[in-house]
Amino acid sequence: MLLKIKGAVRLYWHYLSINVRCAMQYKTSFFLTALGQFLVSFNVFLGIYFMFRRFRAVDGFTYSEVLLCFSVTLMEFSLAEMFARGFDLFPEMVRTGSFDQVLVRPQNEILQVLGSKFELTRIGRMLQAVVMFWYGVSHSGVDWSFSKIATVIFMLIGGCAVFSGLFLIYAALCFFTLEGLEFMNVLTDGAREYGRYPVSIYGKKMLLVTTFLIPYALVQYYPLLYLLGKDSRPFLIYVPLLAVWFLLPSYALWRFGVRHYQSSGS
Amino acid sequence: MIIMEHVCKSYKIAKRNAGLSEACKALFCREYEVIHALSDVSFTIRDGEMVGYIGPNGAGKSSTIKILSGILTPDSGVVKVDGRIPYKNRMEHVKEIGVVFGQRSQLWWDVPVIDSFELLKDIYSIPKETYHANLEELTELLHLTELLRSPVRQLSLGQRMRCEIAASLLHSPRILFLDEPTIGLDAVSKIAVREFIKKQNELHKTTVILTTHDMQDIEALSQRIILIGKGKILLDGTLDDIKRGDAGIDETVAELYRAYDI
Repeated sequence: MLLKIKGAVRLYWHYLSINVRCAMQYKTSFFLTALGQFLVSFNVFLGIYFMFRRFRAVDGFTYSEVLLCFSVTLMEFSLAEMFARGFDLFPEMVRTGSFDQVLVRPQNEILQVLGSKFELTRIGRMLQAVVMFWYGVSHSGVDWSFSKIATVIFMLIGGCAVFSGLFLIYAALCFFTLEGLEFMNVLTDGAREYGRYPVSIYGKKMLLVTTFLIPYALVQYYPLLYLLGKDSRPFLIYVPLLAVWFLLPSYALWRFGVRHYQSSGS
Repeated sequence: MIIMEHVCKSYKIAKRNAGLSEACKALFCREYEVIHALSDVSFTIRDGEMVGYIGPNGAGKSSTIKILSGILTPDSGVVKVDGRIPYKNRMEHVKEIGVVFGQRSQLWWDVPVIDSFELLKDIYSIPKETYHANLEELTELLHLTELLRSPVRQLSLGQRMRCEIAASLLHSPRILFLDEPTIGLDAVSKIAVREFIKKQNELHKTTVILTTHDMQDIEALSQRIILIGKGKILLDGTLDDIKRGDAGIDETVAELYRAYDI
């Protein structure tokens, strides 16, 4: 078992390295796309900035607190996009039949799909998020302690899991239909956009949905309260990790999809 | 040993007429048509055999290959490859087979061929010595020395196909499936590929199952032919069985297709 995991990790790194080598074949394109990603997120940052020129606070959250919230969501999303991008391109794999190639290899399908594409240009977005995070941290007066740093790390892990889970659902749906999958973007890109502000500002119902159905709030709202000292109950540190449960139904749907797979013509 | 007994496979395919209004209608209520890709297919292939699997487009060749390589699950029937059920023990099974889809690439487009090979080494967990021995042998037989360090996108189709075939043999599989390996190749590359497949079969007793539309492939390679049409096995025999007089191989096969009305 341990040997198997070691092999899988090794293979994952190998996939990563081959993806880096591919990206480096087109250096200019890589840097321009990364820059583009940086600027796009910068736009959103401006949006928040101008909004707060008019209002002092939104639902009790100040400017720098909102920035902190958004930057963490953006980091989670960028990480998930960098490392789980293979699922995003999965419809193409099914359409062209290159998923057949995956099935004739003696390795886990998910590992192979993940390895098929790392979107490293998202480093630009990540960088923007880190800058915002730094700004938010230095201005929101958070009293940093070991448990708060742990909270941020757990938020990143949990958030990555939620977004990856969504990507996985998206990929699994490809086994049943290749049309109209755009609606999934409401959940992924939509979550990133709405993740600018703490979920509570969208109302009680939204908070319920994002707590129990698609657990955004677990990785965003609740731990944020702890970070900002608005709620000091210590179990909130671990709440983001609960969001990892979301991977289970996603994985189940994926397994079901693989069994349903019909392949495309020759 | 490959055994297929009474294997059936059908697909459900969405159908609609042309036109925008029809397309909108199909959004809400789909009509499906069931297509029987394979109906009651049975054959046995012994170890070390080379078999040409022929038939017109849409006859069920690719479906058979996909079932034998564990990609698809048949609706009914028994499939056994060296005692394994391909679609049940996928991982165990695919370690022992090599598959080349002539129309798809398994190599990474933007990096040198050798990088793709190295990745395959990890995917199949090939021991170092085996990998190097196989790589050396394949490089020599397929004349890859010059190609290994060029990115795949700069290779010609013939060169790429040689690399594809090498890629599928790095882990010394017992069985090799070739789905139209000579499609689109020029005469020189075709002959090179054929020569190599023949040699591979003689040297390593690799079982080869080959689908093709190129009858010269069949003539050069396989003692045995399985003809499939409309999902049924129509003929299982040698080339001599179907040859009549001194008609060319293409005419013979065309005649055969006409006779079976496929």
